Amino acid sequence: MSKIELQHIDKYYGDNHVLRDVNLTIADGDFMTLLGPSGCGKTTTLRVISGLEKPQNGIMLMDGKVMVDAKEAFYEAPSKRNLNLVFQSYALWPHMTAYENVAFGLKIKRLSRKEIEERVMSALQKMRIEEYRDRYPNELSGGQQQRVAIARAIATSPKLLLLDEPLSNLDARLRIDMRAELKRLHRETGTTIIYVTHDQVEALTMSTKIALFKEGEIAQVGTPLDLYTNPIDLEAADFIGNPRINFIEGTAFYDGNEMRVLSELGEYHFVKERIKEEEEFPKNTEFPCVLGIRPEMVEIEGENSGRKHSIEATVYASQPAGSETLITLTVGKEELLAIEIGLNEYDINQKVFVVLHPSRMNVYNKETGRLIKFASSKRIKPAG
Amino acid sequence: MAKGKPPKIKQAFSWTRLKNQSLNVIGNPFNIIVLFSLILLFCLIVIPLLTMIGTTFTVAKAELRNISGANIGDFTLFYWKYLLASPLTNAILWEPLLHSLLIGAFVTLISVPLGALLAWLMVRTDIPGKKLLGMLIIIPYMIPSWCKALSWLAVFRNSTSGSLGLLTGLGVNIPDWLAYGPFAIICVMSLHYYAFSYIMVSGSLRSINSELEEMGEIQGANKVQILKSITLPLVLPAILSAAIMTISKSIGSYGVAANLGNRISYYVLATRMKEFINDSPKGVGYAMSILMILLASGTIFANQKLVGVRKSYATIGGKGTRSNLMHIGRAKYVLLVLIAVFLFAAMVMPTFVLVMESFQIYTGGGYGLSNLSLYAWIGTLDTAPLESYAYNGIFRNTEFMRALLNTVKLSLIASVITAFCGQFFGYISTRGRGKWYGKLTEQLVFIPYLMPGVAFSAIYFAMFSQPRLGGIIPSLYGTFMLILLTSIVKHFPFASRSGSANMMQINVELEEAADIAGASFWRRIRSIVIPLAKNGFISGFMLVFISIAKELDLIAILMTPANYTLSFLAFEYSKSLMPQCADAIAIVILLFILVCYRIANLFGADIGKSWG
Repeated sequence: MSKIELQHIDKYYGDNHVLRDVNLTIADGDFMTLLGPSGCGKTTTLRVISGLEKPQNGIMLMDGKVMVDAKEAFYEAPSKRNLNLVFQSYALWPHMTAYENVAFGLKIKRLSRKEIEERVMSALQKMRIEEYRDRYPNELSGGQQQRVAIARAIATSPKLLLLDEPLSNLDARLRIDMRAELKRLHRETGTTIIYVTHDQVEALTMSTKIALFKEGEIAQVGTPLDLYTNPIDLEAADFIGNPRINFIEGTAFYDGNEMRVLSELGEYHFVKERIKEEEEFPKNTEFPCVLGIRPEMVEIEGENSGRKHSIEATVYASQPAGSETLITLTVGKEELLAIEIGLNEYDINQKVFVVLHPSRMNVYNKETGRLIKFASSKRIKPAG
Repeated sequence: MAKGKPPKIKQAFSWTRLKNQSLNVIGNPFNIIVLFSLILLFCLIVIPLLTMIGTTFTVAKAELRNISGANIGDFTLFYWKYLLASPLTNAILWEPLLHSLLIGAFVTLISVPLGALLAWLMVRTDIPGKKLLGMLIIIPYMIPSWCKALSWLAVFRNSTSGSLGLLTGLGVNIPDWLAYGPFAIICVMSLHYYAFSYIMVSGSLRSINSELEEMGEIQGANKVQILKSITLPLVLPAILSAAIMTISKSIGSYGVAANLGNRISYYVLATRMKEFINDSPKGVGYAMSILMILLASGTIFANQKLVGVRKSYATIGGKGTRSNLMHIGRAKYVLLVLIAVFLFAAMVMPTFVLVMESFQIYTGGGYGLSNLSLYAWIGTLDTAPLESYAYNGIFRNTEFMRALLNTVKLSLIASVITAFCGQFFGYISTRGRGKWYGKLTEQLVFIPYLMPGVAFSAIYFAMFSQPRLGGIIPSLYGTFMLILLTSIVKHFPFASRSGSANMMQINVELEEAADIAGASFWRRIRSIVIPLAKNGFISGFMLVFISIAKELDLIAILMTPANYTLSFLAFEYSKSLMPQCADAIAIVILLFILVCYRIANLFGADIGKSWG
C-alpha cells in the first residue's frame, strides 16, 4: 500500500518530448487508470514509475520516500521500489514453467523453499490456475498466460501493482472476465494499482480514478464519473463514452449571472453556479460554443407529452442491437444520436419528440475547446 | 508526440549529482561491457587497419637500399609509386586487376542466372524430387572452393603439373588453357557461387505471396507474362544483391586462383598481393590489399545503396506462406534431367574423381585394381610403390597429424571465442538499438566483412609481424596466436549478426520483468538470456566452426610450417608431385564439414546463413 507522487516529470527520447511536466498524485489504495490514445505518454509514465525509464526532470516519491530526483541524478533501482509490473506482452519467461515464472522473484529474495511454495501456490490459486503450474507458457492459452503474468506480479506482495494494457491481447469475452478478476484482486489485496489502457470502457468500469493523457500531458484527473459527466475539453469528451457524445454548435452569451445558449435545439439558460467562470471565454458578448449531450440523455417520445425542453425530431436511422437501440435523429440541420435500452423499432423518417436535460449538458467554448459549463452528475428521474 | 529540443537546463553544480551520475554509469555492468567491447573492437579492427595504411607510407628496413638517404620510419610514397606509377605497374597492378575483374564478371554472369533459375524451379514450379534436389544443390556451398579446385585438377591436370589427371590419363589432350588459368578459375568459382545466388533468390521467392501471381493470372496474363512482369521484378533486388556480392567475393578470393593460376603464372590481385607480402617490398602488398578492400567494400556499399532501400519490397506479402506451384507440364521432366546432369557433372563426378584419385598409384592411370592402393591414406615411405613419393600416407604422416591438431585447435578455440563475443556484440547492438553505442558497435563489427580474407590477414600481418607498443606486444609472426586472432576478428561480423538475430528473439521485456523482480544484471544474463540464447548460440558457433575449419584465403599469408592447417597442407601438397595426399586431406575435410553441418542443422542452423 503506498502513495505515489509525480512532480514535474519530463521525459525526452532524443528530441522527442514524451512527457511534459507531468504532475500526478496517486493515493494509497487507488485503482488509477492512465487513459489516452496510443503514443500519448501513458506507458512511459508507467515505466518511469517502475524505474525502467529515467526521466530527465522531476521528482517521484513513494510514501514520501524519494525514488527519483532527476536534479541529483538519483534513480532508485526498480527492484528496490517494492512494485511489480504486468507487461502488455506478459513477458513470461518461455523456458520456465508457470510455477518457476511465479517463483523467480521469490527465489531472488532468497525466501525459504517452503515459503516460496506457499506464496506461489497462493498466487496461482488467487488467479485460479493452480492446475497449470507445470506447464510452459507456450502450452497455455492467452488468457491463462495473462493469469500467470498477474500471479507472478502479485506473488511478491508488492505495495504497488503496475499493469500495462494487460487485456489488449485477449478476445472480447475473456477481457470482460479479466476485468472482473482484476477488480476483485484490487478489492481483496488492497494494493495500489496503476493501470494503463487506451480502452475507455476498461477505464470507466475498473478504476477509482482516471488520469486522462493528451500528447504527453495530463489533461484531466478525476473519478470515472467526473470524467464521464464533465470531460475537460472537446477531445476528452469525444474520447470518453461509447457511443460518442453529440456535439451541437451554437452561440452563447454570459452576463455574469446567467448563460444563454442558442442552437438548433432551442434556447437554454444555465445558472451561474454551474459556470466555470475562471475558464477563458468572452463575457457580455456573444461567442460560438459547442453543446455536449450524451446519447443516453436524449429521451425519445412518440408523442409530445408537453414536458419541458421537448422538441420535434425526425428518425434518420435506427440500429437495434438486442440489448440496446441506437437511433440517429435530425433536428433542424443538426444530427443527434440517442441510445435506448432494449429493442425498439422506429421507422425511417418517423416524427418523434425528444426530451433533453439541460442540467446534464456540457457547454464548451468553441475557440479554446475547453469546458465552461458543468453538467450535474445527479441521476435523472426516468420519464413516466 | 510533439517534437522539441530538450531545454538546456543550467544545473547548479552538485556533488551529489556527480556522485549519483557516476554511480549510475559504473554501477551498471552493461555500461562496462559496452565500454570494454568498444575498446576491444577499436584495438582489433580500427588500429590494425590504420597501422597498415600507415605502413604503406613508411620506409621499412628492407627498402633502405632502394630509397637513398632514407631512414627507417620516414614518410615515403615509394610503395604507392611502385604500385601505381612505375614500369612494373602494368604487370603488378593493371594485369592482375584486369584478371580479377574479368573473373568476377564472368563468374557473376554464369553463377547468378544459374542460381536464380534453379531457385525459381525449386520454389515456384512443380518439378519432382524437390527435397533431394534442394539438398544436393546447396551441397557445393558447404564444400570449400579450393576443394573444388583440387577436383578440377584431378580431372583436367596435364603434364604441365607433373602428375596427370583423369582425362589426360585417358589419352585426351588437355591444353593448358583448359586445365589452368582464367577458364578453369571461372568454372570452379561459378560452380561454387551459384549456390550463393540460389540461397538468396530462393529466400526472396519464398517470401512472395503466390496471391500476387494469381492476381496476374486472373487479369489474364499467361505464365511468361507473369514471370516477366510480376515475379522477376519482385525478386530483382535479391538477384542484384546476389550479383554484387558474387563480384565482391570472387574478386577477393585467393584459394582457387592460386591453385589454378599460379602454376602457369596467371595472377589475380589476391595472388599477386600475397607474393609481395611474402617477399618484398611488403609495402606494395599492403597497398594492394588497400585497393582490394576499397574494391570489395565499394561493391558492398553499392549493394546497400542501390538495393538496400528497394529490397524492402521483396518481402511484401510475406505473410502468405501458402503458395500455389506453377505447373510447367512436360518441361519439368526435361528440366529435371538437365538438373541431374548438371549436378552429376558439377558435383558427383568431380568428387568421385577426387576420391578415386586418392586411391590411385599413378594419377590418370585408370581405376584398374593394379593401380589402386591405400598408400595416400595409410602407407609409409618404405613401402611406397613409387620412388617419387615424398611423404607417408596421411594417417601415418606427422605433418598431417599436426595440421589436423592445429585445425581442430584453431577452429575450436576461435569459434568458441568468436561465437561468445558475437552474442555479446549482438546483445549490445540490439539492446542499444537507436543509441550511439549500439550503432557504433554494429558499424565497427561490420568492418571485417568489407574486406576479402587475404586483405584482412594482410592487415594483421602488417600489425603484428613486428613488436608493437615498444615491445609490450611481441612480434606474433609465425605464432598460433596470430592465426587465432585473425580468424576470430574476421568472423566477428558473422558471429555478431547471428548473435543479434538471436538476441532479437529475446524480448527486452523478459529482462525488464526480471529486473523488477530484483535480478541483477549478471543474474538476468544467467537465468534469462543464456537459457534462451542457447540454441542460437550453438548454431552460430557451429557455423563459425565450419567456416574456420575450411578457411584457406584468410590464413594463407600467415602460414609457417609449424602452424599449417589441413586446408593449407592440402594446398601445399597439391603443388607437389603427389596430389593423392592433397586429395585425401580434402576428403577428410569434406567429410568433417558435412558431419558438422548435420550437427549444426540439428540445432536449427541454416546453411543459407553461413558464408562460403
